[in-house]
Amino acid sequence: MKYTKEHEWLRVEGDLIVVGITEHAATALGDVVFVELPEVETMVAEGDEICVIESVKAASDILAPLDGEIVAVNDKLVDNPSLVNTDPTGAAWFFKMRVEDTSVIDDFMDEDEYAELIG
Amino acid sequence: MSDLLKLGLDDLHVALGGRMVPFAGYAMPVQYPVGVMKEHLQTRQAAGLFDVSHMGQVILQPSGSMEALVAGFAALMPVDVAGVKEGRQRYGLFTNDAGGIMDDLMFANRGDHLFVVVNAACKAADIAHMTAHLGAQVRPVTDRALLALQGPQAEAAFARIVPQVAAMRFMDVAVLDSAFGELWVSRSGYTGEDGFEISVPDAGARGLADALLAMPEVAPIGLGARDSLRLEAGLCLYGHDIDTETSPVEAGLGWAIQKTRRKGGAQEGGFPGAARILAEFDNGPARLRVGLRPDGRAPMREGTVLFHDGVAVGHVTSGGFGPSLDAPVAMGYVPANLSAPGTALTGEVRGKHMPVTVTDLPFRPSNFKR
Repeated sequence: MKYTKEHEWLRVEGDLIVVGITEHAATALGDVVFVELPEVETMVAEGDEICVIESVKAASDILAPLDGEIVAVNDKLVDNPSLVNTDPTGAAWFFKMRVEDTSVIDDFMDEDEYAELIG
Repeated sequence: MSDLLKLGLDDLHVALGGRMVPFAGYAMPVQYPVGVMKEHLQTRQAAGLFDVSHMGQVILQPSGSMEALVAGFAALMPVDVAGVKEGRQRYGLFTNDAGGIMDDLMFANRGDHLFVVVNAACKAADIAHMTAHLGAQVRPVTDRALLALQGPQAEAAFARIVPQVAAMRFMDVAVLDSAFGELWVSRSGYTGEDGFEISVPDAGARGLADALLAMPEVAPIGLGARDSLRLEAGLCLYGHDIDTETSPVEAGLGWAIQKTRRKGGAQEGGFPGAARILAEFDNGPARLRVGLRPDGRAPMREGTVLFHDGVAVGHVTSGGFGPSLDAPVAMGYVPANLSAPGTALTGEVRGKHMPVTVTDLPFRPSNFKR
C-alpha cells in the first residue's frame, strides 16, 4: 500500500488503482455521516476534488491522486458512511481508477514514510 | 495552545484521551476516544458528564435591598426577574439599545442574592456590563468548576452522591452539602435532556467528576456532542444563532419575555431595545429563526445561503448532523412569510442547490422533569 500527503492510501488491483483514506485521516475527521462519490466513467486530473466526506465536525474533500478515469465507486459508503471509520483501509475504499501506467504509484510514500509524516 | 487558559480539570480530560481544542480562550475537550456520535447517544440514552467550567459564574449580592438589586438586573433584560421565586432559575437575555442580544444566560434567585451563569465568550463583556449598572454588587466566582450531568439516568447517578437532587424539578436550584464541598445545583442543561448543572468548589471538582465517571451510567462528553445535542434540542448558540444583530422576537425567544414586560404588563418595557422588541410583538418581526431539515444525508453547515424560487432569502446559523435523528439538522433565519413549517427552500452546498424544508423546533421533544 502507498500513501499520499493528503492522507489517501493507494493500492494496485490488476490494472486499476484503488483509493481510500487512511486510518489517521478517518480518526482525525471523526464520525463520517455523508459521502459523495464521483460518477463512474469520468476523467479526472490529479488534484481535482472528486469526493466529499462530511463528518459530524466538518466537510472535507478527497483529491484525485493521479490523472485517470474513474471506473468504479463504492456505493456502500453512500448508504453506510460509518464504514470509513470502522474499516478505512478495507471495506471503505472510495473509488477505482484506470491510469496510463500503474507503476506511477511507486512514487508515493511507503508505510514507513507515511508513518513519519503523521508522526 | 500555550496561550490558552486551562480548565481546572485539564489533567482529567487529557487522561481520558480528550482531544483538546481552543474554544473561547480555553483548551477544551471537543471529544473523547469514542467520538461525537457515541457521546451524543450516550447522553440521550444514559448520562453524560460535561465540563463547562469555562462559563462565567457570577453572584449578584445586594448592597441594599434584594428588591433594588432585582429591579437593577431587570433593567438589563426584557425578563421578569421579580417573578422568579427563591430556589428557582430562569432563562434571561441581555439586550442592547438596538434590541439585539448581547448574551443569553441563566439566573437564579437564591434568597438573599442572585446567581448568574453566562457564556464563556461573553463573560468579560457581561461582567463589565453588569458592573457598569450594578457596581460592586457584581461578584465573579473564580474558585469553582461547573459540571453538567445530562441524560435520562442523570438523576439516578447524581442522587447516589446527593440524594436530595431527586426531589428537584426542572429549573429548581439548591445549595447542597456534599463530600466534595458545597454544591450549587440547578436542574437544567443544554441538551434537551433532564439533568443538572453543578457548581463545585475547585478543590472538590476532581473528586466529584471521578465519582460520577466511576458510575456505569456516566461517560465524559466533549464540546462536539454538546453542540449536536443542543442543536437537536433547538437551543441557540450565542454568536451563531443569536447575536447583537438578532432580536429576541426574531430568534423565536419571545417565550423568554414574560407578559409583565410586554405592552400592558405591570413591568412594561424599561429594558434596552424595548422600542424595537415591543413593536416586533405587535407587528411581527421581518425574519424568524426556524428549524431546517435538509433532504438526504449531507449536512448544511453554518453560513449556507438559503434560497426560495432562486432568490437568496436567508442563511443557516447552526447546522450539522443529528445523531438521534440519523439525519442532518440546521437552524437559520428566513423572512417571516417563509417561516411556516413545510416551506420548501434550497440551500447552496458546494455550488449545488439542495432541497431543505422548514420545520418546527425542537427537532425532538425535550425530556425535562417538570
